[in-house]
This record gives sequence, structure tokens and C-alpha cells, in this order.
Amino acid sequence: MTYLAKPKLHHPTLPTNTLGYTRRDYEGKISTLCAGCGHDSISAAIIQACWEMDIEPHRVAKLSGIGCSSKTPDYFLGNSHGFNTVHGRMPSVLTGANLANRDLLYLGVSGDGDSASIGLGQFAHVMRRGVNMVYILENNGVYGLTKGQFSATADQGSKSKRGVVNSDAPVDTVSLALIMGASFVARGFSGDKKQLVPLIKAAIAHQGAAFIDVISPCVAFNNHAGSTKSYDYVRAHNEAVNRIDFITTRDPITVDYPEGEVVTVTQHDGTVLRLKKVNADYDATDKIGAMNFIQQHQAQGEVVTGLLYVNESSADMHTHLNTVDTPLNQLNATQLCPGSQALARVNAALR
Amino acid sequence: MQPTDIRKPDYFHKVVDCQWACPAHTPVPEYIRLIAAGRYSDAYLVNWQSNVFPGILGRTCDRPCEPACRRGRVEEKNAATPEPVAICRLKRVAADNKTQAAVRAGMPKAAQKKNGKRIACIGAGPASLTVARDLAPLGYSVTVFDADPKAGGFMRTQVPRFRLPEEVIDEEVGYILDLGVEFIGGKRIESMQAVLADGWDAVFVGTGAPRGRDLVLPGRQEAAKHIHIGIDWLSSVSFGHINQVGRRVIVLGGGNTAMDCCRSAKRLGGEDVKVIVRSGYEEMKASPWEKEDAVHEGIPILNFMVPVSFEHTNGQLTGMFFEKVSAEFDAKGKRRLVPTGEPHVFVECDDVLIAVGQENAFPWIEPAAGIEFDQWGMPVVDQVTHQSTVKNVFFGGDAAFGPKNIIWAVAHGHEAAVSIDKFLSGENIADRPSPLTNLISQKMGIHEWSYDNDITADARNKVPWAAAEKTLKSIKVEVELGFDPSTGFKEAQRCLNCDVQTVFTTEACIECDACVDICPMDCITFTANGEEADLRQRLHAPALRTDQDLYVSTDLKTGRVMVKDEDVCLHCGLCAERCPTGAWDMQKFLLQMTHAGPQCRDGGKDQHRKAA
Repeated sequence: MTYLAKPKLHHPTLPTNTLGYTRRDYEGKISTLCAGCGHDSISAAIIQACWEMDIEPHRVAKLSGIGCSSKTPDYFLGNSHGFNTVHGRMPSVLTGANLANRDLLYLGVSGDGDSASIGLGQFAHVMRRGVNMVYILENNGVYGLTKGQFSATADQGSKSKRGVVNSDAPVDTVSLALIMGASFVARGFSGDKKQLVPLIKAAIAHQGAAFIDVISPCVAFNNHAGSTKSYDYVRAHNEAVNRIDFITTRDPITVDYPEGEVVTVTQHDGTVLRLKKVNADYDATDKIGAMNFIQQHQAQGEVVTGLLYVNESSADMHTHLNTVDTPLNQLNATQLCPGSQALARVNAALR
Repeated sequence: MQPTDIRKPDYFHKVVDCQWACPAHTPVPEYIRLIAAGRYSDAYLVNWQSNVFPGILGRTCDRPCEPACRRGRVEEKNAATPEPVAICRLKRVAADNKTQAAVRAGMPKAAQKKNGKRIACIGAGPASLTVARDLAPLGYSVTVFDADPKAGGFMRTQVPRFRLPEEVIDEEVGYILDLGVEFIGGKRIESMQAVLADGWDAVFVGTGAPRGRDLVLPGRQEAAKHIHIGIDWLSSVSFGHINQVGRRVIVLGGGNTAMDCCRSAKRLGGEDVKVIVRSGYEEMKASPWEKEDAVHEGIPILNFMVPVSFEHTNGQLTGMFFEKVSAEFDAKGKRRLVPTGEPHVFVECDDVLIAVGQENAFPWIEPAAGIEFDQWGMPVVDQVTHQSTVKNVFFGGDAAFGPKNIIWAVAHGHEAAVSIDKFLSGENIADRPSPLTNLISQKMGIHEWSYDNDITADARNKVPWAAAEKTLKSIKVEVELGFDPSTGFKEAQRCLNCDVQTVFTTEACIECDACVDICPMDCITFTANGEEADLRQRLHAPALRTDQDLYVSTDLKTGRVMVKDEDVCLHCGLCAERCPTGAWDMQKFLLQMTHAGPQCRDGGKDQHRKAA
């Protein structure tokens, strides 16, 4: 925890993006999480990604539930919209907001308790519906706010700080998201921003339900020997399947990889994901293959990271429901209320 | 890069830019914190220890510390006009608000028992007085000689009273003379041979650069009555021999002496005072603030004008001709002043003050004295020990290496005193004592440090001035009023506490990135090691100032290293506050130069350390 506000002074060479903002302009209030919390690194990665993508802060809505992770939207994008919802209910509020105004970038921030315990049902359904959003799950395997009990994502057999062994099977949110129909699924590690920042950028550009599970060590309660969510464990067992280059429509392609080592995925909006294969056998566009790979490696105690699955031809909830292109707040009264004649026509069509 | 060895005294010393730049290595942030705490007497003593004349320097120092101050770099692209901390004027706050009794209590006492060794200091300027202060309390019998009746040298005779009141000189010179130093005023030393024959154990020459350079041009002889050498004129003014000047005055030269001349002339009846310089305004040697002060008093500075002749009617000066020039730079960037071809400009005047430089002069050192001089007429003096070719004769201040300023003279005095002390103890004077350094954690609680780490955004505070109609009427009314205590506090808070160092412990680091994320200045990077030039480009923010060091850790668990660019670190301690394992700590680095005394002698260092 820090009580001093971060000084406004910045490095003299701090660059600005095309909007004229520096990275510092995307910061929020000073974090009140424990010193060394992985969540703060994720906040920094979100700040970096939004700055690099020239995102207008007022076009972002940050939504979260309850927990350490769900406090973090206060610590980044201080000029964006925020909604701190009821525990586990962030997905439904996000869905509603998205229905009303499809033009904003929806950033759902949640934790393992918020998504895998109390909010598991909401988690499943928001993926099913293909809500266009970036859903970041800050996953530390413990309930930090209540002093470190195992959460639902804690691995079976892992040890708590007090030496208690977890006997329950974990909820694997990545596999669950795949099964439930998320069209972009990735896993990152808070201690590796080089991997995490491009993942967030790609997820932002993705049209559809994008889910990133970020392993985020809890330094206070889950960073000891015997934990499978500690800095040391994740570093030792990190099985990265690929490294991604995220290329916007206007970026030139600068790095050339040898043929066969790179897979190019073009998303709906024309942005390009270049996946540099770390594991030659891995194909991020093969959903069933991905599920198999993840299960196999997780069974061996490995933490599979990288862009695990992306559906190039994804479609989001608005497409499914054939909703109006214009956000509701931009429709005028006659469009929103077309009158009794129109109602009569609708009713007649249903008779 | 090799891991940084923070045990080397120079590493952290360089991070304290102000202290590193100060010739006397005054622990600047240390005394600034004391000022903020209202402990003015303690702040004064920290200064007095290092620079001997806090009240005088707090008004007149050339301030090498301020251009070096990190605050100036930190405010780049953050403030409209990046400005360093007003270090010099804070020093004055300490001097103005101290209590004399407390200060005297903290000073050494005159030696009870003399050690029988006699030392002569020739000239009573800052260099000699520093030697006397360092050596007298140790038991040496120090005698200071000066041609003027009062001690102080250049500080007393040439710095005008409106910049430096006489009481301040009397007080600070008094502190030294009260240490049992014998002062013989009004006695010009005419022969080095005679001095050497007197059997002094050591002789220190601190006679300054007493000769003002002349400008030999047509008309110089004929109109001599109204043409004056700047430094001689200033001292005549100081002694009251001169109390008026013509209505129209030209000051030739662009250094600080020229600024003192023009501002003095303005106060002695000069209504139309001009400074005329050969160079451009920017290249003038005077400190920027001294130029500003002159301009502020309505004195025009005309540049790119080379003096051609003094014009007179029957010996009565009427004016001067100048040739107009412009600056041209050759391929090597060397400047040449080239006539523009325009007709010469005539400037009317009643008096001319020549302030185009000072020279050393040693007419009183006979060749037979055995002191070697170089081809420029300067004594051959060791840069470090200040020893001349006669083993027991030492030089310091402007007399040693040409005109500099007070703070350099003080630094020379300390070094010469060490040499004399070691020399008279029969030791090798080339073997110099290392400084005393100390590194102490400032941690008091999770968010509590024993220094104020909240960085203020305040701009530099302006020193208030006395009303111009009052100051321009008398040469004795001090222009600058100094900060009042509350402004002094505000200015002190602008100091970044660069002596509170970020100390990194590799073994404790878990590479969580918390410090990288919180650092407001992007100073910290975890990356693969490499050559310095390559590493400087690869950091979170490029480290472009190569005179600012990189702090490189040993290899971390992931095989990477921690690299911190010291350049614009705010020393806010947020890295240490965010560090979950205490791998970062804020530790105060205190470096004190070892002055003359047992601690500078062989075997004295261990004793010194123990005492600390």
C-alpha cells in the first residue's frame, strides 16, 4: 500500500500517442493493494495497451465485481467510465451496458472468486452470448481480502501459506471459456508484460467475447513453496505456446520470421495477429486441438500461456440479435418510439 | 555491464549532483533538510564545516551546484521553465536565521596547547582563512598577513556592499580569527625570501589574482584620469576612497567584475551606465543571474562591440570608439569575431571602467626563493597537494591556478591544510585521505521515512528585492533580502533529497515489476544485460545522459538484471514502498570530506570511522 500520490512529474522523453496523450494520462488513482501485488502489474499492462492503441479514455467502460481484482479499475484509466457491480454480477451489467451502447470498449475486470465461485453462472453466460468485450480475470488462487483461503481456481494438491493442502478440483476458467463459446481465449502472467500487453491489445481489437486469464501471484498469501500460483512456480512451469505481434491496420510489419514459424490471423476489423510459434505443434485456430493441448499440459502441472484460441470469423451478440447499429442514446424519440401504427404492424406480424 | 559497486564512495556521491559539483563537496541535501526542519544553526554548521563562509557564499557564490541540480533536469518538459533548487539562497536562510551562540558552541575551540609549529598564510582571502581555520584548532600557530587592514581579501574589497554587507564578512572572518589565529593587517609582504628566512614551518600563499588587466588603446595615457581598472576601482569604492563617478559611464568587459562595476557606478551617481562587451550577450562570462541583476537595474548591455580608442579633449575623456563585429564559427566550432564593416560607433562617456580580466602577479617572489614558475608566470603547483617546488610552500585560491571564485578557494584551502598537516607530521602528502561515507536506511514504517518523500510541484521561489529607489541611492543598501523562513521552507521542499539513495538487493528481489510500474520517471528496467551503449537504448526510458550512471544489479533468478538510470530519479522512495520484499531500500548517503587533523593522517582513518 502506498499513501503518497504518484508524483505527476514524468520522464522528459515520455512519448505521446497519436491522440497527444502520454502513458501517464491513462493512469488512475494510486493503488491501495499490497506492495508487489500481481494485479498492479496487470493494471500497468492495461494502461500500456490502451496508450499504444490510441484509445480515447472516454470511450472505455471499466466494469468489475468484488475483490482485490475488482478494486483495480480505480487504479487505471482514471478518465474512463467505471461501474463497480455486485459480487459476481459484472457480466450481466456489462451485457446490459453493451446492449445499450455498442460503441464503447467494454473492459470487464474480475477475479477468481468473483468469476469462478459466486459468479460462475454469469461467467458462463457472458461467454455464450458472445458479448463484445475484454474480460480479464486476475487469477491468484486465493481470497486475498479474507486472508488467503483457497479459491475455486486453486490447483488440487497445492498448499496454502499455512501448509493446508487443497483437496478440491480447480475450475479451469480457460477451458470453461472455450467450451462456453468465447471466440478469443488467452492466458498471461502478470510477471511477463512482454507477453501480456500484446494479448490485451489483440483482445481489445477482437470483435466478440475475448477472455484473458492472467495468473497474478498474491504476494501476501500465495507466493510460497507449494503454491502453483507463485512467481517462482509460474516462471518454472510456464509453457508458452506462442508470442504474439499485434499489428494494427496502419502499422508496417517490421519483423520477419522464417516461413512456418509464424501464423497470421486477420481479424474482422483488419488488424493482424502474427503468432510466433513457440510450440511448433500448436494451432491457435483449432479449438478442439487447443482444448486437448491445455488439458494434457495442465495434467503435467504446466501453466499453458499465450493466445490459446482465436476464431477469425467471430460474431458478437449484436450480430446474433440483429440489433440496431446506432447506440440507443443516439437514437431520437421517433426512432425509439415509432408510434402506434408501427406497433400495430408488429402485432399483426405476430398473429 | 559489470554490476555496480556501490561501496565505492564516488558512486553515490555522483548521484548527489550538487555535492559532486561543489568544489568543497558540501552535503547540500543534508543542510536543506535541516533548514526545512527549522534547524538553522545545525544547517549553518554543516555548511561551515565544508565551505567555511555560509553567509558570504549564500550571497555571492558562483553556485556550481545549481546547474548540476537534478531538479532542473526533472522539471524539463514538466514545468514552463525548468529551474534548479535555489541552493545558494537557502544557504543564506541558514545564515540569516541561525543563533550565534548555538553556532559558536558547535565550532572547534582555539587550541589549549600549541604544537610548536608555525605557519604563515600570505593574503587574508578565503583560501588562507580556510587553511587557518583547519589548522589553528589542531595546535598550529597560524599567522595571516594582509596588505589591507582587515581580513577577508577579495570578499571584502571587491564584492560591493549592496551584494554583501560588511557585518556578514566581519562575523564569518571573526569566527576564524577567534580560533586563535594571529592576523597581521596592513602589512604587505614584499619578499618571499625574507619570509622563508623567518623559519616558518610551512608557508601558504593565498594572494589571489590581484592585478586587473589593462586595455592599451589610443588615448589610454592621455585620458588616464577618467579610466579605471575595475577591481582597483571597486576596492577604492569599498574603502570609501571613491564615492562618486561621472554621469555617463562605460564598463568594458562581460564578467562578474564588470557586473559589480556597473551596478556600483549606478549607485555613485552614474545616470547613464552601459556595459559594452566584445562577445555576444550569451557568451559573456558573468553568471546569468548577475547579468539579469544588472539588466534589472536598467543597465543596458551592448554586445559585439570591440573597443578601438579612447577619445579626449586635452585629457578630458569624451567617449570611446567601437568596431562592430559579428560572430562566425569555423568547422571546428571555434568562434571568431569578424568586423561587420559598418562605421565605428562613438559612445560618449565621462568615465570608463575596465573589467576585462584579472591576472596573477608575484613581484614579491624573487627567483632566488627557489619557487619554480611556468612560462605563463604561474607557480608550478601540484594540482592535488598544492605543494610548490619548495617543499614547505603551498599555494591555493586564485594564486595557485588563476582566477576562479570563493568556493574554489575554500576547496583549495582544505586540501592545502591536509597537505600541511601531513607534511608537518612527516607523512607522504601525495597519499590523500578518502572521504568519510555513511549509508543508513531511512525506513521508519511501511509508508514512513525519516525524510519527506512527497515531491512538491512548486516552481522556484524568487528572492525578494529591496525597493529599487532605495537600493540605487546607496551603495550600502543590500539589494537581495533573502528568503523569509516560510519561503525558505517552501524552497527547501523542492529539494529531491538526492542523497537518500535507492539501494537494491538482488537476493531479495522476486521480479514482480512493482517498482517498474510505480516509478514516475521510468528509471527502472529489468532486462537482459548488455554493453552500456546498447543497454542505455533498451531501457524503459532511454538513458541519454551518459554522464549520469546506470545502477546495474548482479544477475537475478530469471537471468536478467535490474538497471536503474540515476538521471531523473525523484528519490521519492515509491519503488521501496511498493517493494514487497524490501529489495529496494532508501538509504541516506552522507559523504564528508576528510579535513586536516588526526583523521587525515596515516592510521587515523580507522579511528575516524570508529568515532563515526
